Order: sequence, then C-alpha cells, then structure tokens
Amino acid sequence: MNEIYQSVILAPWPWYVAGPIMGLSIPLLLFFGNKMLGVSSSMQHICAALIPTKAEYFNYDWKTGAWNIVVAIGIVLGGLTGRLFMQNPNPINIASSTKSDLQSLGITDFNGMLPVEIFGNNNIMSFQGFLFIVIGGFLVGFGVRYAGGCTSGHGFMGLSMASKSSLLAICAFFAGGLIMTNLIFPLIF
Amino acid sequence: MRFIKFLLIGFLFGVALIKSEAMSWFRIQEMFRFQSIHMYGIFGSAVAVGGLTVFLIKKYKVKSFQNEEIILTSKPLNKVGNVLGGLSFGFGWALTGCCVAPLFVLTGFGSLAAAIMLLSAIGGVWFYGSIRERLPH
Repeated sequence: MNEIYQSVILAPWPWYVAGPIMGLSIPLLLFFGNKMLGVSSSMQHICAALIPTKAEYFNYDWKTGAWNIVVAIGIVLGGLTGRLFMQNPNPINIASSTKSDLQSLGITDFNGMLPVEIFGNNNIMSFQGFLFIVIGGFLVGFGVRYAGGCTSGHGFMGLSMASKSSLLAICAFFAGGLIMTNLIFPLIF
Repeated sequence: MRFIKFLLIGFLFGVALIKSEAMSWFRIQEMFRFQSIHMYGIFGSAVAVGGLTVFLIKKYKVKSFQNEEIILTSKPLNKVGNVLGGLSFGFGWALTGCCVAPLFVLTGFGSLAAAIMLLSAIGGVWFYGSIRERLPH
C-alpha cells in the first residue's frame, strides 16, 4: 500500500499519463459544460469583475465568464492538493544536459518546482527577481490576450481543432521562448 | 451547483499539471533547450486525446449532457496579434516558466513568487485591454 502511495501519488507522473488526462479535460468540458477549454480568458473576466475601467474590452457582464473563473479556482485547488498530499520529496529529475546548462548560469538547487535562486522569497525584491517575476508575469498576461489565448486555449483546444490561428500563435509562443532562453538569458544572468 | 463540474474539471487539470511538473521552470527550460521529450510528450498526447475526441464529437454530432448541440468555433486568425502577442507571451513563458494555468496551479501550490506573477499577469491583461484599440491586430 505504501509503495503504491509512493509511486502513484508522490512520484511525478510520466508524460503519457499526465498528457492524456489534460487532453481529457477537453471532451469533459465540451460534454458536461458545452464550453471550450481556455484558461487565460479567466483573467479578462477577473479584470471585468474587479477593476473599474471604461475600456470596451472589459465592458460586458463578467458573469457570462464566471464558469471560466471557477475552472481557474479548481486549478488553484489542484495545486493546493498537490502541495498538501502529493508532493514529490525528491529533487526534479530533469535531463543532465539541462542541469549542466543551468549550473553554468548559476542555478544549483534543483529542489521544488522553481529555482530558489531566482524565485525564492529572498530574491523577490532584487532586480533579477523583478525581471523574472513582475516583468515576466506582465508579458505573459499581455501576450496571451493579445495572441487571443494561451497554451490551453490555443495549444490544447485550438490544435485539437486544427485551427490555423492557434498553430500560428503556438509557433510565436515557441519563437519567443527560444529567443529568451538562447539569446537573452546569457545577458541577464 | 451548476458550477461544480467546472470546479472538478479545473481540479483534475490542476492535479495533472502538478504531477507532470509541466508548471516547473526547470521543465520549461528543458523544453526550450530541446533536451527531453517530456513536455513535447505532454503536448502531443494531450492534443492527440483532444483531437480524437473533438473529431468523434463532430462526426457523430454528439449532444452535450444537457442535450444541446456542442458548439465548436475556432479562434479568428489575427496574424499580427497572434505573432506579436505570441512572442510577448513566449518571452514571459521562458522568464516565469509559466503559462496561465501554471500560474494558478503554482499559486495554489503556495509559491509567493507565482502569486505575484499572477497579479502581474492580470495587470498585463488590464494593460492590453486598455490600449487594445491602438495596437495593430
């Protein structure tokens, strides 16, 4: 029993288990809710609900998107459950080539989900922390809505429908990530 | 009560995200350096399951649980927005190691940095909405 708990609940899941489960959320949402998967719209609805603004983009009844905010709350609860009951006690098992690349950038602690050197509480107020956390988060939010969707809306849902717009957006997501990782990271570490 | 299904689907998605480590900055770096199949396997298998089930729903005109016609509409192609917005998101994805669902999941996981990233991302959405008319689309 303890072994099952260790290998199924605590250990990370391989991609061929987790990927299909995430993919299943698409038909589940279509069948039970008649809604298309997409997480980033929830942030638009949160703005529309909470921030007073005259912008047309937020000028609608946010309650039409309440279901989307509820999905986001479910995701938060999934994260909380992962922390409380399913946390992997071992350092992350990434490729050794990635490890050595990151070590050459000064990242040596491979515990947890985020490197403590960048995202730890002590680094949040530093310039580097500001760049990765505040600027990075801002670019994510601005970019996803400008592109019309995120990795779930364009990536999972859009590609499942073979949508041209989603394919173009995914290529741009990837191009941005490659430019940042390979050209800009060497300058900012 | 009508929202409980959305909560459960989000929960399932969140747990799969956490257990796959797809919201880990380390995994995103591994992906952008092409050093493991892990993230590509997640995307590929998720889209395979999504694509197959969407195909079946269309082919057999499956009705929803509430016996309604299931509505599937592609997002409109908007070349400039898809590319410029996509690049901006890509920069942010490499910096934070997070797309949007991971921001929510890591906030639930208890990361203060992720909670700040999420607030900042909402600020980015607000900024986009405020200057939308002046941006090329």
